[in-house]
Amino acid sequence: MTDQTVSSGSFDWTSPAFKSNVKRRKRSQFRLKLYGLTAISIAFLMLALLIGSLVSTGYHAFTQTHIKMNVYLDPQEIAAENPGRGDYRSILTETMRAQFPEVADERADLRRLTSMLSNGAQFTIRDAVVENPRLIGQTVVFDVPVADAYDQLNKGLIDRETPEEFRRLKDDEIANFDLLQERGLVTRPLNTALITNADSRFPELAGLKGAIIGSFYALLTCFILSFPVGIGAAIYLEEFAPKNKVSDLIEININNLAAVPSVVFGLLALAVFLGWFGMQRSAPFVGGLTLALMTLPTIIIATRAALKAVPPSIREAALGVGASKQQVVFGHVLPLAMPGILTGTIIGLAQALGETAPLLLIGMNAFITSAPATPFDSATALPTQIFIWADSPERGFVSRTSAAILVLLTFLITMNAVAIYLRSKFERKW
Amino acid sequence: MDPTGTPMTLFAFLILFVAVMVGYTINLRAARAIRAGGTKPHSLDEFHGGYAALVILVPTFFLIILWVLFQPVVIEFLVKAGLPSGTFEGLGAGEIQLIMTEIRSIAGGRIFGTPEEWKLAAADRLVSLQATASWLLVAITAAMVAALILYTRRTVAADFRARHGVERIVLALMVGCATVAIFVTVGIVGSLMFETFRFFQMVPFWDFILGTSWEPQIPIREDQIAAEGAFGMLPVFLGTLVIATIAMIVATPIGLFSAIYLHEFASPRVRSIVKPVLEILAGVPTVVYGFFAILVIAPAIRSFGADLGLPIAPNTALAAGSVMGIMLVPFISSFADDALGAVPRSLRDGSLALGSTPAETVSKVLFPAAIPGIVGGILLAVSRAIGETMIVVMAAGLIATMTINPLDSVTTVTVQIVTLLIGDTAFDSPKTLAAFALGMVLFLVTLVINIFALSIVRKYREVYD
Repeated sequence: MTDQTVSSGSFDWTSPAFKSNVKRRKRSQFRLKLYGLTAISIAFLMLALLIGSLVSTGYHAFTQTHIKMNVYLDPQEIAAENPGRGDYRSILTETMRAQFPEVADERADLRRLTSMLSNGAQFTIRDAVVENPRLIGQTVVFDVPVADAYDQLNKGLIDRETPEEFRRLKDDEIANFDLLQERGLVTRPLNTALITNADSRFPELAGLKGAIIGSFYALLTCFILSFPVGIGAAIYLEEFAPKNKVSDLIEININNLAAVPSVVFGLLALAVFLGWFGMQRSAPFVGGLTLALMTLPTIIIATRAALKAVPPSIREAALGVGASKQQVVFGHVLPLAMPGILTGTIIGLAQALGETAPLLLIGMNAFITSAPATPFDSATALPTQIFIWADSPERGFVSRTSAAILVLLTFLITMNAVAIYLRSKFERKW
Repeated sequence: MDPTGTPMTLFAFLILFVAVMVGYTINLRAARAIRAGGTKPHSLDEFHGGYAALVILVPTFFLIILWVLFQPVVIEFLVKAGLPSGTFEGLGAGEIQLIMTEIRSIAGGRIFGTPEEWKLAAADRLVSLQATASWLLVAITAAMVAALILYTRRTVAADFRARHGVERIVLALMVGCATVAIFVTVGIVGSLMFETFRFFQMVPFWDFILGTSWEPQIPIREDQIAAEGAFGMLPVFLGTLVIATIAMIVATPIGLFSAIYLHEFASPRVRSIVKPVLEILAGVPTVVYGFFAILVIAPAIRSFGADLGLPIAPNTALAAGSVMGIMLVPFISSFADDALGAVPRSLRDGSLALGSTPAETVSKVLFPAAIPGIVGGILLAVSRAIGETMIVVMAAGLIATMTINPLDSVTTVTVQIVTLLIGDTAFDSPKTLAAFALGMVLFLVTLVINIFALSIVRKYREVYD
């Protein structure tokens, strides 16, 4: 304590020294505010930049350039008894030759012409013929995707002004494509393949079906395992556990598990699930198992908070009319805490959906061209698919990666929106 | 998890499900009959049914799970034991695994070339063992549920305390759930220690801890494995620290200042908008941040450096570090916000009453009082930065160099773990085992930081509560 006393009568409130002091203090307050605002604006700016860059690169992938073609299904190339084994490549070559009769008959030129079409075009035609063999011998209109380079050209991502030697498409290739465009054969419909196809080496054919189903199976497994176990653990710790060393140990354990790096869970899964128990590599089931271990602490912590929020009067009333401790918890406390528990669980599952590193370690980054039929088949998940595409050298995968991220973010936003809705709709304030 | 056995496993679960239903109904009816007979049972009828259901469900369920878990292990052991003696002599674990994979694919009907006679025989044995095991599982399940139904039916009596029985089982199940967390920790520590121990049998302990060169891809021949310094973790750890430091330099001021602003100056309306937006930053998956780093931040930093004439590596530590910093902003700001909010109102009111401005109150009274909580939050963020994987896997380098220059490309512990283990399953080379040794280091370092940080946060909360 200082003995300094200021008698208000003698203090000069109007002295310049005091005024400048006040000014200085106000300035420092203003500075602190400014720092805070700057910090928040930087965070906002980064978020805007993140979303903006994803949308600006990703929106291209939501459409896909197609070419409409009259394909003559030559009976000489397709055997009627075995339509699956026909030479669809040369049928496509003939189709392209019909469009460009002036192109010399040299094979190299023809091959370059045909390479305008996606590698998947022949399979589209094959599947149509296998499904309906009566088409053989007729001329059928097909709408097939073009190869990635032409797709980029049509979307304006290839600069025509670049010198030819630095361009992916040569002058004559661009001229051929422009010719088709003049004839009105080029269309750019919505890219449904992005959702209905599985992965592919060719950007124009690659889709997210396998990844979405893989993620769904993994999340389902994660939910089935972590939800009951998490609630059981939380109820025990919150309502029944005696205050002793063991309970403390479990508590510390759970808090620490929540902060263990995700890649360590991947190591655990690799060593124990794959190494010791010999489970299937790349399977969504194993991924879900790993994610369940990571989600467990989140669910336990959320459930305990929800149980704590139920007022003691409910418990006392139920106990007072003769319910047993478990009847109180399961009949009264748990139902009242359920909205909070579900909110926490959904948020935990949303985190698990975005988790990548542990899935990489158990091999869910494999190249798989079909969607998994069961949780035990090899598959990728949405975040690992993003990782694979981000690693791919083809230009077309850049916009596809952004598009896949936008799909993933849509799922995350939906899940969080459901969680927020549940909380606001059902949570009771006591 | 053998796919051919799945239908039989499902069948076993189906039997169990039906048995649980049957047991429940039988006991419920029996209890009702007693009640109708005029005696009042101790427990409600439903508890008699529930007791039967639980007694049938719990042991059988765990039996099936254990069976499914261990069936492939046991069968593999039996198949191996049945092979002609001396087959595996002098073979590494990888080659043994290869042979077993081939036998398994022959058993699955995918035959490539003409396999040896003994492999075909082993595949036959594998198929027949799997079929036997599946049928055995169904038979044992059926026998077990039948016995349990008979047993529980006999427990129904007026003075039988079914509710106590049910509650004992439920309590035991809940205790089991709570101990899962302990099992997970034990599993992490156990598996890491096991593999790390094997790693140190191949590479000397001190070479790993103090070595200054990390070149795990080099060892191809046997004699190169123990080549000195090839598995020195120092450069990897240094790289981790460089990136984590950059991240904290970005995250700490932004996080703290935005927390101070939100806590002290923002109106409730602004707060209600800014806080959720910051939380969005926290909810973005790290793989997205990684892509953002390579798509936007790294090229921007490089072109900026080129303008200044600075030599900037393509995957500079600066890109990964700063993006990681952005990811950590909401983490730090929410911890700081909580810590500032936990300071008792009397301190703030006292300060304001003495005439200090809100800014002086925050910086000279609230902030010092909240320091322990804030430091705890920052430490947790550091542990996150060290353990963060996807951003660095995508945006940081692969080559370990002893440098603290943030413009250079550095690698981190998590990057090395992922690159060493992607696409590699054989657990016998020091290359894969090194990943587990790194994982052990990572686990221990983050564990120490977490325990320290959590204890600071908790202690501090207790003081003011």
